[in-house]
Amino acid sequence: MLIFDRSRRGRAARAQWLPEAGESPVIPDHLLRKSRPSLPEVSELDVVRHYTRLSQQNYSIDTQFYPLGSCTMKYNPKVCHDLANLPEFLNTHPLALERAGQGTLACLYELQEMLREITGMAGVSLACAAGAQGEFAGVLMIRAYHGLRGDSARTEMLVPDAAHGTNPASASMGGFQVREVATGPDGNVDLAALAQAVGPQTAGIMLTNPSTLGVFDQHVQAIADVVHKAGGLLYYDGANLNAIAGKVRPGDMGFDVIHLNLHKTFSTPHGGGGPGAGPVGVNDKLLPYLPLPVVAKDGPRYRMLTEADRPHSIGHLVTFAGNVGVLLRAYVYIRMLGREGLRRVAEFSTLNANYLLKKLVEAGFEPAFPQRLAAHEFIITLKRLAKERHVTALDFAKRLLDYGVHAPTVYFPLLIPECFLIEPTETESKDTLDRFAEVMAAILKEAETDPDRLKSAPHSLSVRRLDEVRAARHPDLAYKAE
Amino acid sequence: MPFIPHTEDDVREMLATLGVPSIEALFGEIPAELYCGELELPPALKEMEIARLMRARAQQNRPLLCFAGAGAYEHYIPAAVWAVTGRGEFYSAYTPYQAEASQGTLQVLYEYQSMMAGLTAMDVSNASLYDGATSLAEAVLMAVRTNRKSHSRRILMPKTVHPFYRRVVETIVSSQALELIELPYDIETGCIDPASLETHSDTDVAALVIPQINFFGLLEAVDELTEWAAANGAIAIALVNPMALALLKPPGEWGKTGANIACGEGQPLGIPLSGGGPYFGFMCCRKAHLHQLPGRLVGRTVDAEGKRGFTLTLQAREQHIRRGRATSNICTNQGLMVTAATIYMALLGPEGLRRVALQCHRNTLSLMNGLAAVDGVERVFSGPFFHEAVYRTRKPAREIMDGLAEQGILAGYELARDYPELGEAILVCATETRTEEEIELYVRRVASLLEL
Ligand SMILES: Cc1ncc(COP(=O)(O)O)c(C=O)c1O
Repeated sequence: MLIFDRSRRGRAARAQWLPEAGESPVIPDHLLRKSRPSLPEVSELDVVRHYTRLSQQNYSIDTQFYPLGSCTMKYNPKVCHDLANLPEFLNTHPLALERAGQGTLACLYELQEMLREITGMAGVSLACAAGAQGEFAGVLMIRAYHGLRGDSARTEMLVPDAAHGTNPASASMGGFQVREVATGPDGNVDLAALAQAVGPQTAGIMLTNPSTLGVFDQHVQAIADVVHKAGGLLYYDGANLNAIAGKVRPGDMGFDVIHLNLHKTFSTPHGGGGPGAGPVGVNDKLLPYLPLPVVAKDGPRYRMLTEADRPHSIGHLVTFAGNVGVLLRAYVYIRMLGREGLRRVAEFSTLNANYLLKKLVEAGFEPAFPQRLAAHEFIITLKRLAKERHVTALDFAKRLLDYGVHAPTVYFPLLIPECFLIEPTETESKDTLDRFAEVMAAILKEAETDPDRLKSAPHSLSVRRLDEVRAARHPDLAYKAE
Repeated sequence: MPFIPHTEDDVREMLATLGVPSIEALFGEIPAELYCGELELPPALKEMEIARLMRARAQQNRPLLCFAGAGAYEHYIPAAVWAVTGRGEFYSAYTPYQAEASQGTLQVLYEYQSMMAGLTAMDVSNASLYDGATSLAEAVLMAVRTNRKSHSRRILMPKTVHPFYRRVVETIVSSQALELIELPYDIETGCIDPASLETHSDTDVAALVIPQINFFGLLEAVDELTEWAAANGAIAIALVNPMALALLKPPGEWGKTGANIACGEGQPLGIPLSGGGPYFGFMCCRKAHLHQLPGRLVGRTVDAEGKRGFTLTLQAREQHIRRGRATSNICTNQGLMVTAATIYMALLGPEGLRRVALQCHRNTLSLMNGLAAVDGVERVFSGPFFHEAVYRTRKPAREIMDGLAEQGILAGYELARDYPELGEAILVCATETRTEEEIELYVRRVASLLEL
């Protein structure tokens, strides 16, 4: 039932109504609204019950194992939420941050510094609202760098074919032609293909390491050399930092510019789609171009750097200072981990991934890169099942839902057919992994004996398999009163 | 080890299963010279310790009585909004890729899209963008993509649009060879003079941005502006405050045909100020332009048994399918904020929302009436305003800002940097949360500063 179906003319959450204040004495009639906006008329209990019930139709980290590859669905500590929601933080107006938000700025400044240390970069800006915006900022900085040197021939951005879709999308939003670089059979970037692709037209390369294939590219230094020698810069997509945090730093691998996903590695919640935060880090070459604002410390006071301090900055990417509430959560999280804790994140997420991979191989699943160690995530392919039993990765994923686990990422990266990208994260116990492996094995058996059970899954959720083709063919995107 | 559940036995068994001697061995593929050694980070804190530290930090923020708007507004947020939004099932879920296991999030988004389409009187809404400024940048890019009548990449951008929005649009479209042409405002009315558009009538223009309310809090001649756009083959982009739409004519009804795109900042709908974010951007459009709309969309469909359900749809517009040719690079959006906004709008309903809007309007009227009676203060613009207004004082605006801050009041936003032509001007806002006494206090404090 939609909230609109509960609506009754004359019903209302009256505790929320202010006293009637009459008409406006000054706004001319032709600028006033005549139509009643189609919002529901419901009681407060209607609202609370309706949305509480809806929440119960979600799988979430708090209620289910959620091994969604590339998304780092680890536990979001409640204390991060609580402390970011202290009223003094919540009630600070963005235009009063310097005047009245010194406590907030102190946290942001320290977060900036800690992220600088963790990534091995020279400077960090916290302004970007999500990973994709961080990428876009990075692309603009690369553009500004070449531009200021009068190097206008660099029109191409190299992007490995395994990259997340936001990489090519950000590169083209930043005005570059995207040139794909192939992946070799071992999951590393194909160095021969790279050598062919680079040239005087290369602005840079956008690399994820460990890649979205769940393996660490062992040739990263060689890649850096090739691209740097050609005059290009290296961009690091930090969505997978969980695998190496505290052990290996993008700056030390030779990257010039990076973004992090705080809503992945640093455990801020994903909120059913967002908000996130995508801080960017740069080395000395790109420091002048960093997006604004950046928090600076002048003696005992914190302030926001402006164009006057950073005349070559690419500028502002969001209205104010970025997703401050998300940044505060990440700050709390990192302070709780400390230096030891951070390294353990990488170690235990890697342990969990390799253990689960092994258990699944033992259960008969086919790894995409059998000769490789897993990073914090790994890929299995169900192509044999698809061929022999006509059961697809999607069918398998839907059946997993019946067993009370969220499905891994499916059909990404696109170059591995019928794939599952599985990321258990470090906050899951061995018991959870063992149970998941058992469920996977059970479904595999079902696929042999009763494939229709998978093809018609899910069976036990609030809805059965949804018709996505119909949704796209006959878009119904808003409720209309009959 | 915070948040890592492994016992020593677990680790031993897991390593045995893997047949490796240590966790270290699992990192064997990483070249040894890349290891960084000990990081310079502070030592770990227990929950009680970090709680103590953050409370102390919070105390370093000074609570100020808020009379500032300028793109972020203090509104009352009913307790139910975040009590429900903060539930783990919403808070700790990912983007609803597995529709059947995400019906909660998906239905909320569908209801949100419905409410926003209703509020703006447009056909469809997306499921959110990052914030108001990025929504305007995306609207500008979308306008250039959709405008079939014009091949131009020229955008008319009024100076009455929030200066922060203008600078973000500039950054975002900088590499796409768009030309942003600044439209001046009438110094008397503080609004775009529709007659001033005539100079652009013979040039090919892709889009006109129409802010309602404008940055000075004033009401633009939206009907005339929309009609000019329609007559000149330009896309009309409405930049609107959703709170004001409970009271003001919605973009879908502007002029004869309505605006083509409506966008803006959603923060007024139940989102705390929070130092600038997270907020959310919204974008609505006509059905005809649906395939150029950036961001996620949720559609209603049926399941295998014909039962109603919801799913992400029209994803061929998006980066994970279309990659380099997507409508936008956006992936993660501001989902949780939109959940709060949906619950806020459902609680307030059409009448509750109208009353909040009206009370904000009335409070700012009463503030400006009070200020107008103070010697040394004048209202800068003549036309009607919604819930923000500009006044000028005989003393430097900075002195007013500092003087009031010393007394615990955030006086507003100084306009000198972006609008030097306005002199010592302050943009001020009194939402429904300000009481009569607080408004009188503000006026008295300004008066006494001017007497000194
Ligand atoms: C590898 C990778 N890169 C980039 C992104 C984009 O990040 P965001 O969704 O925060 O924009 C993601 C996640 O969605 C990702 O997994």
